[in-house]
Order: sequence, then C-alpha cells, then structure tokens
Amino acid sequence: MWNYEKRLQYPVNIKTPNAKIAQFIMSQYGGPDGEIGASMRYLSQRFTMPNRTAVAVLNDVGTEELAHLEMVSTIVHQLTRGLSMEEIEKSGFGPYYIDHTVGVWPQAAGGVPFNACEFQSKGDPITDLFEDLAAEQKARATYDNILRVVRDIPEVADPIRFLRAREIVHFQRFGEALRSVQEQLDEKNFYAFNPSFDCPCEASCKNS
Amino acid sequence: MMYRNQCTPRENLLNRINEVSFAVNDILLYLDTHPECKEGLAFYQECDKERQKLMKEYAQCYGPLTVDDALESGGDTWKWAEQPFPWEVEGGCR
Repeated sequence: MWNYEKRLQYPVNIKTPNAKIAQFIMSQYGGPDGEIGASMRYLSQRFTMPNRTAVAVLNDVGTEELAHLEMVSTIVHQLTRGLSMEEIEKSGFGPYYIDHTVGVWPQAAGGVPFNACEFQSKGDPITDLFEDLAAEQKARATYDNILRVVRDIPEVADPIRFLRAREIVHFQRFGEALRSVQEQLDEKNFYAFNPSFDCPCEASCKNS
Repeated sequence: MMYRNQCTPRENLLNRINEVSFAVNDILLYLDTHPECKEGLAFYQECDKERQKLMKEYAQCYGPLTVDDALESGGDTWKWAEQPFPWEVEGGCR
C-alpha cells in the first residue's frame, strides 16, 4: 500500500522547453537503467529476500524510486511543455512527437520501448542484490552522461544532481543488505545455493 | 533549489517540508540497516516530528498535501483534488 503526497521529492521548475534534452533525459524514465526499471526491480525482488533487513531495503528503496520516476517524468514534461513545431522538427524530437505528441511515455533515449527484460527477479537473494548494486552504478553513470550534456542549464542540472546522489546512497544500502544476507550463509557454501529456495539446503557441501 | 528570499511564503513552507521529508527518507534507509543506532533514531524522531508539524501547518494554510490532511483547511468542499499537482506551472493546470 502507498500514500501519495502532492509534492516532488526534490523540486523541479523548468521554464525553458528543450526537445533534444527531453529526449535524452526520457531514458531515465523508461530506458534500460531508468527509474521505472529500478522501482519494478526492487519491488518485485523483495518477496524472496531471506531476512527482514533485505526486504526493508528493497521495499523502501523501491518506494523512493517511484518518487524518482515522478521527478524524471516531470522533467520530461516541463522540457516539452509549450514546444514550437519548428523546434520539434529541427531538434530530432519528430519521431517521438508523431507517436506521442508531447505525452510522457516510457522509452529509452534511442526510442526502444520500456521492457521488463531490462531487469531480473531471479528469486535468489545473492544474485538479485548483486544486480541491484550494478543497477545503481549504471543509473549513476547515466546521470553522469546526462550531466555532461546539461551542465550549462542549471534548472535541469540541479534535480539531475540530486537523483545522481541518491544512486550512490542506494548502492551503499544494497551493499549492507547483501552483507546481512551473506552473514547468514553457511561459510562453506557462500554462493553455491539459493538460500531462499533450497531449504533445507540440498546443495550444501555438508550434504554431498 | 530556489533561493528562499525569492519565494512566496507558500513556496518557503513547501521547501522546508521537502527538506525535512528528505531527511526522513534518507535516515529511514540508514536505519533499515542500522536499527540500533541511537543517533540515527534520535535524528529520525526529530525530523519526523518537524515534518508532521509542517505538513499540518501547510494543510491549514494552503490545502492538503496528503489525503490524511484533506479536511485540515476546513470548509465544506473537497480540497484534495483542487490542489496543484507538483509538475504544474503556477497558475496553470499542466
């Protein structure tokens, strides 16, 4: 269950539309390392975590990602609000405009639609938490790429810097969640079985 | 972040809510993995108290930010739906 608050996690106030930048930033909404994928990944994976710390981290980070996807889609919306036809045609935004006008729709910067195959939910906590650590780094790298493009547009760069900083904090928390799971494992079988499925652990060295 | 001296009182209050809510978001993730940290617990308590106070104050002055505060500003109409969504330009509805 979720409650909605009528505010953004961090304010976004973009006054000047920019179709080209909108198309770039849209990737962090529905692209391969975007916020939809992030929230769906964590909120799906949480069910098979073996301890409550790991579930809590996935649950609460997944919830924060919902606030991030709202921020990113707000950035895209504000960058495309009031665009002239001339800018749409010359900026390269034309193909998106033909299919969606200036509606917000989840796709990557290159036009690939959002797809659940951009994340995994393996049902194995070690596997899933390593994916989550990588996901945070990939999103951070994408925000770095965006920042190199928008560095001279403070009203865009400011909320992007906030989002980038959150990836770093989430990486830290996932590292702690991974450690909490690893500490519960049999030392002889650190990665050899799925602690959420093989119970009692038939794949354990002790049993072989 | 907007500069406070350029903001209306409503924007100032919303900025304070955003700041203290962020502190709550961040400390709750930290406490998920450090549940016995006394400093963290005290910080959470301080921020959460301030947040609840400011959310109520905002609802009473300007209208609700959450449905729990929907009737805080009084009156006999449903204010929740009328409140601006956070991506809108001031004075517009999109």
